[in-house]
Amino acid sequence: MCLAIPALVKSINGHQAEVDIDGVTRQISIQLTPEVRVGDYVLLHTGYAINVIDEAEAEETLQLLRELSEAF
Amino acid sequence: MKFVNEYRDPELAKRLLGRIQHCSTRPIRLMEFCGGHTVAIFKHGIRQLLPQTIEMLSGPGCPVCVTANTDLDKAIALAHLPNVIITSFGDMIRVPGSYSSLQLAKAEGCDVRVVYSVQDALYIARDNPDKSVIFIGIGFETTAPTIAAAIWQAEQEGISNYYLLPLHKLCPPIMQALLDLGEVRLNGIICPGHVSSIIGSHPYRFIPDNYNIACVVSGFEPLDILLCIDMLVNQIETDQYKVEIAYRRGVKPEGNKPALRLMNTVFEVGQANWRGIGVVPSSGLRLKKRYQQFDAETNFDINPEPSREAKGCLCGSILRGVNTPLDCKLFRNSCTPEHPVGPCMVSSEGGCATYYHYGDTYGR
Repeated sequence: MCLAIPALVKSINGHQAEVDIDGVTRQISIQLTPEVRVGDYVLLHTGYAINVIDEAEAEETLQLLRELSEAF
Repeated sequence: MKFVNEYRDPELAKRLLGRIQHCSTRPIRLMEFCGGHTVAIFKHGIRQLLPQTIEMLSGPGCPVCVTANTDLDKAIALAHLPNVIITSFGDMIRVPGSYSSLQLAKAEGCDVRVVYSVQDALYIARDNPDKSVIFIGIGFETTAPTIAAAIWQAEQEGISNYYLLPLHKLCPPIMQALLDLGEVRLNGIICPGHVSSIIGSHPYRFIPDNYNIACVVSGFEPLDILLCIDMLVNQIETDQYKVEIAYRRGVKPEGNKPALRLMNTVFEVGQANWRGIGVVPSSGLRLKKRYQQFDAETNFDINPEPSREAKGCLCGSILRGVNTPLDCKLFRNSCTPEHPVGPCMVSSEGGCATYYHYGDTYGR
């Protein structure tokens, strides 16, 4: 039950937000991520955003993966 | 899909595996704690691709699987009460308790509904004021804050017919209990990704500090897991044990503070009964006194029959990493996804279901 998927925040209304999950729209709660803004990606778990995805870290991880595996 | 596809690049995976193969010089044993990781490791074929030096073991990180029969029997007893609607995440419905299951209770006429989100349970309560709506609260720290949020919302909106059976469990305490059992020697642990989105990485510090075991928090895509394994191998090969985060886009060291605050407002820590392990102190959550009005056990009188375990089921020792499903005589015989005997075959993250769906005959 640790499943969480990335979702794009399209609009915010109080504690709720409308998100896009790969073309599917859903209403979710952002009560656990009050700092979220429209345009952010969140990790969506059972109808709640549990974290805002750090896009800079995402890119750094990919960069790290490329560097680590360069010689192989 | 953004933040998914990039972490499934097969070319990058191949090269990273080459690096792991090159760096891993001694036999080591790694445990992926989380059921979601077990599935990902099997599904993406990672088990078959890792070098022979790395042995993978599955841990008890499947909240459905570790729910004890005593607790499931309570949920089923509640389902049989008049004017009650039971709401639950999907997996729990098919798990056999001592004598029945929520699905069988539904077939017998009880009102049992699967929900995707605890918020849906709250809305069912709001829409059915003449019924008592009880949510079966399963999950680790990923889910507990959402359940806390629903309780908070119920209080705010004056929803007085909503109740919770709190069966939530905590990861770091059970990791410690497992290590203290000493049944399996581990060199490294793949720490749960989304639990850590909530609790951060600091709670795992006792693992390298007290047990000299490598500890890395992992995401769920194949490249996330391979990066995690690479970092674990590096710690072990250099004898430098610490907690690291491989899943940096999803986990901050301090975790999600608003979620933790909400959890601590609504819940307090207490003992919990873990299938296969028994009662572990300070490993579960219960509602604080202020929120007792929402507690199902306090508000409803149930007297379930004494619980019992299914004969021959090895779920308990599989959850502790002592056995694999291949050791179980029932696996693929009397226990299949269509006719599960134990929870590990029911849950989408259960070890037995994963071996059944993705493993080959040799369990690799």
